[in-house]
Amino acid sequence: MSGSGRHPALDCVHCGFCLPVCPTWTVWGREPDSPRGRIEIARAMLDGAAPTAEMVSHLDSCLGCMACLAACPSGVRYDAVIEEARSRVEASGVRTSADAGRRSAIFSLFPHPGRLRVAAVFLWLWRITGLRWLTRATGLTRLLPFIGRLDALAPDLGFGEVTSSLPAGARAAGTSRGRVALVGGCVQRVFFPGVNEATLRVLSAEGYDVVVPLGQGCCGALSVHAGRDDEARAMTRALVERLEASGADTFLVNAAGCGSHLKDLGHLFRNDPAWRDRAVEFSRKVKDVTEFLAAVAPRAERHPIPGKVAYHSPCHLGHAQGIQDPPRALLRAIPGLELVEVAEGDQCCGSAGIYNLVQVEASDELGARKAANVMATGAPYLASANPGCTLQVQRVLREKGAAVQAAHPIEILDASIQGKPFPGRRG
Amino acid sequence: MSGPASLSDLAGRMAAVVGARNCFSAGPDLLTYECDGLTHGRTRPDLVVLPGSTAEVVEVVRLARASGRPIVPRGSGTGLSGGARPVPGCVVVALSRMRRILEVNLEDGWVRVEPGVLNLDVTKHVSAAGHYYAPDPSSQSICSIGGNVAENSGGAHCLKYGFTVNHVLGARLVLHDGKVVDIGGPALDAPGHDLLAALVGSEGMLGIVTEVTLRLLRKPEATRTFFATFPSTDEGGEAVSRIIAAGILPAAIEMMDRLAIEAAKAATGLDWPDVGAALLMDADGPAAEVEDLSARAVKIAREVGALELRLPRNEAERQLMWKGRKSAFAAVGRISPNYLVEDGTIPRSEIAPVLREIESMARDNGLRVANVFHAGDGNLHPLVLYDARNGGEEERAENLGGDILRMCVRRGGSITGEHGVGAEKAAYMADMYGESDLETMQWVRAAFDPEGAMNPGKVFPKLRLCGEKPGPGGLEHPAVKSGEVQRW
Ligand SMILES: Cc1cc2nc3c(=O)[nH]c(=O)nc-3n(C[C@H](O)[C@H](O)[C@H](O)COP(=O)(O)OP(=O)(O)OC[C@H]3O[C@@H](n4cnc5c(N)ncnc54)[C@H](O)[C@@H]3O)c2cc1C
Ligand code: SF4
Ligand code: SF4
Repeated sequence: MSGSGRHPALDCVHCGFCLPVCPTWTVWGREPDSPRGRIEIARAMLDGAAPTAEMVSHLDSCLGCMACLAACPSGVRYDAVIEEARSRVEASGVRTSADAGRRSAIFSLFPHPGRLRVAAVFLWLWRITGLRWLTRATGLTRLLPFIGRLDALAPDLGFGEVTSSLPAGARAAGTSRGRVALVGGCVQRVFFPGVNEATLRVLSAEGYDVVVPLGQGCCGALSVHAGRDDEARAMTRALVERLEASGADTFLVNAAGCGSHLKDLGHLFRNDPAWRDRAVEFSRKVKDVTEFLAAVAPRAERHPIPGKVAYHSPCHLGHAQGIQDPPRALLRAIPGLELVEVAEGDQCCGSAGIYNLVQVEASDELGARKAANVMATGAPYLASANPGCTLQVQRVLREKGAAVQAAHPIEILDASIQGKPFPGRRG
Repeated sequence: MSGPASLSDLAGRMAAVVGARNCFSAGPDLLTYECDGLTHGRTRPDLVVLPGSTAEVVEVVRLARASGRPIVPRGSGTGLSGGARPVPGCVVVALSRMRRILEVNLEDGWVRVEPGVLNLDVTKHVSAAGHYYAPDPSSQSICSIGGNVAENSGGAHCLKYGFTVNHVLGARLVLHDGKVVDIGGPALDAPGHDLLAALVGSEGMLGIVTEVTLRLLRKPEATRTFFATFPSTDEGGEAVSRIIAAGILPAAIEMMDRLAIEAAKAATGLDWPDVGAALLMDADGPAAEVEDLSARAVKIAREVGALELRLPRNEAERQLMWKGRKSAFAAVGRISPNYLVEDGTIPRSEIAPVLREIESMARDNGLRVANVFHAGDGNLHPLVLYDARNGGEEERAENLGGDILRMCVRRGGSITGEHGVGAEKAAYMADMYGESDLETMQWVRAAFDPEGAMNPGKVFPKLRLCGEKPGPGGLEHPAVKSGEVQRW
């Protein structure tokens, strides 16, 4: 919040420096679909204007990538502006019932790993039975846009992956350097369980005891970013309680979207005297796993992984958490690995939480741009620390008949420590 | 073409030209176009239209004019004089969808672009080949080439390389009646009237620019940067005058005072000290020359009492120093709830006394003024800080801003160095120019746009618009004589 204690929308001085980094402004060039425009809309709501369908469409089209937050010289808390504006929208009842129904279908699925797993099993069956091709061929997926999107996004999974749950934890190899707790991440846990396993192996090899508290639900990030604050607070409280009970004093996250949310709980609980201080204290202990590892001296030997790897900087890591160097440094330390940057690397890939499920057109435009830039690097491998981004980029590449082999930086590090080749799926 | 009957009819026809998603007529959409980089003084337009090509601009202009509505062109909306601020009942034509780079000719050193292309994107596009586009407003990451042309924008490096006008080779212009005119071109010095010079800096009043041919430069062989701090702006100003008087032409020499340094630090996390003044200087050119120039400039800075001299260790550090400077305006938002950016010029030798006078004027008014500016050009940017929530403070700030500009004129300078006159400074034009000066400008404008349909109400003092004064003695524009159009 601003030093003056006013509503953050009032801190905007209209310089426009946030526009060129905003993906929706870049693709459309329309002021209401820019951070500056959305702040104006929030300001109008603050002045008493009732949310209208137009306002909602511009707020909905925001990816929440926070590139604008990082670019703003005035320090405007865009994250606070958009979250508040969205909760006003949700409270106003302006959404049409069909729209609200579709959004709540997504929310009833996504932030609940259990339900997501059921959906994933369904998807898996749907695919292996060939039903998928049937529905694709008949255009049934078009009639069921949501299932269609999920189908296009989801990687091909084996049955074991679909039904796997969180790993139990790991002991430090050699003398222990400390004890950390790991947050599982719901989309990641279901679609990319390998990331959690790799994280455990790396932390253990580097000398840390890792606990993975049982019964972890979603951290609430997806709900916060969409303005569903009450739902978010309930989920967050439950997760915080589980993690605190682990007794660890470092909470590691390997999904950027979860990390950016968990590091900023003070804001979510700003009006809750019982939780405010506890939330701030908790957030202080949250670290991205790459941030944590880059700050300690490596212990395990790195084996070579020769080849060119394009680095994708997920918005929730690079912009929202300001983590640019740590993952790159970890990767560059792998012998033989040549890390290359993706042009327009600061731009969002269009995945952005649930965005690719509800804002199809913009998401596709951004995805195409990102995929073209990834292809232009000529790298056969992609390092991406966010499961949403990885799904998105691979989907678009697949549609273009191209492919890169993508993995989370921690999976790459794990492979290097184990002396294995570049991991991940070729999608 | 028959005129559209109603606003919704007009909106429908515009949407048919540019696509429904690129035509805004609903309140919540329009409110985002109510102002540019100058936020006080907002006006809601009737319509906002975003054409995608010259042909669409022609259609849009014709439709707007057939409905009798004035037209306000808009680029990225970063202007600081209210140039793109709508006027009541207008159609805003925003060029931010026209962002294609149309042709690059590195051999002859030019590039042809659409007006919505961002200033920095031109350089990004040609930098791999060792070229760049020289004018670099601090807003270069976002301001558009069309806006730069309209404002004749400058930047830190314009001291050595000149303003936008020195880098525009040609332009395509859509006039008020939809006619398309090509002015200039890649060849140097086109015969006939230099209409290009009239167009650059005309603030959207002559027509809508839909293509621009820009000159490209080769990147200099070497660049040396240094950052020097001083106890006060007195020594800083003295250093600038002496460096330039010694025959050194820096590529850029920028000054920041205490408040501006504080803001830049807050925005970028730079570890600059809290001092009375700082200079950021670039020397560029052949390596040997650059070494010599910067060594001499450093020596002068020391002689006049520099506290500390810092040289960036690498390009990243250099970029960060410049980022600090270029973010300074907007960063002032961190140290004050509201502020006005003024833009006046003074002779270089007057920097120190003028800054002292500004400080005492501010004190008399109970306000603070931050200064961050193009010192080499004597182009001041006093930022008047205020809090709009305190009754009467905004008005006091505006008055102080006006007094500062008038003082600049008294000192032999002008009311704008690079931000244009726009809506904001029209009232001060009479302090700068005599009646016949203004009339001559009006004639030029009327030759392009006899009806005053393009960006009306800007630049010229209001007096003229009300027709309270008769036109130039004896001379009557034929269209005025025939009663076809009214005088401005
Ligand atoms: C933080 C900050 C720093 C700045 N620093 C500098 C600086 O160092 N130097 C400097 O010179 N300026 C500076 N500016 C001012 C501003 O960025 C420039 O005036 C810029 O050229 C405006 O470009 P724009 O695309 O935003 O134009 P807008 O603000 O949208 O429009 C400016 C004027 O151009 C007209 N116009 C726009 N496009 C067209 C077109 N295609 N055809 C005809 N008319 C058109 C508009 O009608 C208006 O009169 C700064 C602004 C900010 C916010
Ligand atoms: S969060 Fe991303 S999409 Fe949303 S306004 Fe900011 S930059 Fe644009
Ligand atoms: S960069 Fe910050 S101050 Fe500037 S327009 Fe964007 S939000 Fe507002």
